[in-house]
Amino acid sequence: MNVTVARLTARGLLGRRRGLLLLALPVLLLALSVLVRAIAGQDESTASNVLGGLALGTMVPLVGLVAGTGAIGPEIDDGSIIYLLSKPQPRWKIIISKLVVAVGCSVVFAALPTYFAGLILFGTYENLTLGYTIAALIAGVAYSALFLLLGVVSRHAVVWGLMYALLWETVVGQYVPGAQTLSVHQWALSIGEKIASPGVISSSVHLPTAVPLLLVATLGGAWLAASRLTRLTLAGEE
Amino acid sequence: MTTISIDRVSRWFGNVVAVNDVSMTIEPGVTGLLGPNGAGKSTLIHMMSGFLPPSSGSVTLDGTPIWKNQQAYKQIGLVPEREAMYDFLTGWDFVLANAELHGLPDPGAAAKRALATVEMEYAQERQVSTYSKGMKQRVKMASALVHEPAVLLLDEPFNGMDPRQRMQLMELLRRFGAEGRTVLFSSHILEEVEQLARHIEVIVAGRHAASGDYRKIRRLMTDRPHRYTVRSSDDRALAAALIADASTAGIELDLKEQQLQIQAVDFYRFTELVPRVAKEAGIRLLTVSPADESLESVFSYLVAAK
Repeated sequence: MNVTVARLTARGLLGRRRGLLLLALPVLLLALSVLVRAIAGQDESTASNVLGGLALGTMVPLVGLVAGTGAIGPEIDDGSIIYLLSKPQPRWKIIISKLVVAVGCSVVFAALPTYFAGLILFGTYENLTLGYTIAALIAGVAYSALFLLLGVVSRHAVVWGLMYALLWETVVGQYVPGAQTLSVHQWALSIGEKIASPGVISSSVHLPTAVPLLLVATLGGAWLAASRLTRLTLAGEE
Repeated sequence: MTTISIDRVSRWFGNVVAVNDVSMTIEPGVTGLLGPNGAGKSTLIHMMSGFLPPSSGSVTLDGTPIWKNQQAYKQIGLVPEREAMYDFLTGWDFVLANAELHGLPDPGAAAKRALATVEMEYAQERQVSTYSKGMKQRVKMASALVHEPAVLLLDEPFNGMDPRQRMQLMELLRRFGAEGRTVLFSSHILEEVEQLARHIEVIVAGRHAASGDYRKIRRLMTDRPHRYTVRSSDDRALAAALIADASTAGIELDLKEQQLQIQAVDFYRFTELVPRVAKEAGIRLLTVSPADESLESVFSYLVAAK
């Protein structure tokens, strides 16, 4: 962990339009929660739909995408990463620092808002809110690592990330049940399932499958990102 | 004494050979890397700064390979060609961050010193995004100097600078060279390189074309055969008079275009010869123009001659 790298990353992430985007998503979720609660009242299945579909299914991956790719992609694109890399610092330290910032963003802009949305919608009953919050937290970590890796390896990281989060996890997952085995969303749900009262949250992946896959995705993503950053080459202008 | 050795280095991208079997040693003092655009200068600098592995051969800093060796950056300061830096920071924050990333014991003092060296203290509280090109160049320079490196690599540092900034930067680089640091900068302008570098490496189309002190390079460039197109009131008489002198190697009488194509081997003597011969023979010169004088062709000649 390098404080300077983290500071630069955080300022880059939050200082520009990206910061507004990160803020807009949770504000939207909270506003919607207030609205839903006012209209539909305190209803378990409604709350579960909003938290599972909107918060965990859409906001968490989007925030992870913006934070994960945004933590490194723009610097690689415009070449300013050269100032971080031309230093006697191991590259994995740079990745870890950036990952910490991306995860921090996921906590602040995705997990915490999920918690507050849960409180607004359903209070603390049946550990529904806690289950979704922990799921959002864990999914946020995994998304951050995966999308950070995408940011290192691809110039079109946002497109690939969107395709994964929206197409694969949602659309493909709906029609091809097997695809859900490789879904951060489902892995995180399986942890939420254990935390909430029985039957409140359900996942299509079992916990013994989900936990190792989450670890592989997160640690493997970070490790691969560091190793790719070590071999990063700068194409010449010519 | 820190030396960068490039030993039989080639680098290709797919089917394109960017650098072709180049060997050179960059020693303390100021070295100019000269070549036309697209010759492979940036590719070479990327390899020297650890941002590109050579496809074959080796690039070493005092015997240690530079690729994937982050410790080398303790000794290397790099001023990249691209302008992008952390634009949202102030000049001070940017240089300070670089000092911190180097793990210096007193980053504040180092940043202060580096900004003073490039005379940017007056604008250090402004955001980098508000800087002019020359100011950005100087802040980049400060970020590369913050750890007082033994080696300084600069990719086209004079691009976009006004004459005064150019003079300042040259003065600065001269000083570093005199202090015994190894300074390498690339440029496609001979006059620029000549003013600053005692030692010049010429690279053309990925190949090492010439190496030596600026006088030698200048001589190589003027001693080559020059081609001229000449029109006059009496081409045939002029051709006869010119071919008698040893400074010409061949003359073609182009009847269709009504002009002479002259190959001169002694540049200075030939330029003195033409008007004198014409005057003596009473021939009026209408056109005397050098053909193929582009930098590209000058450089290609060097490659062919080697």
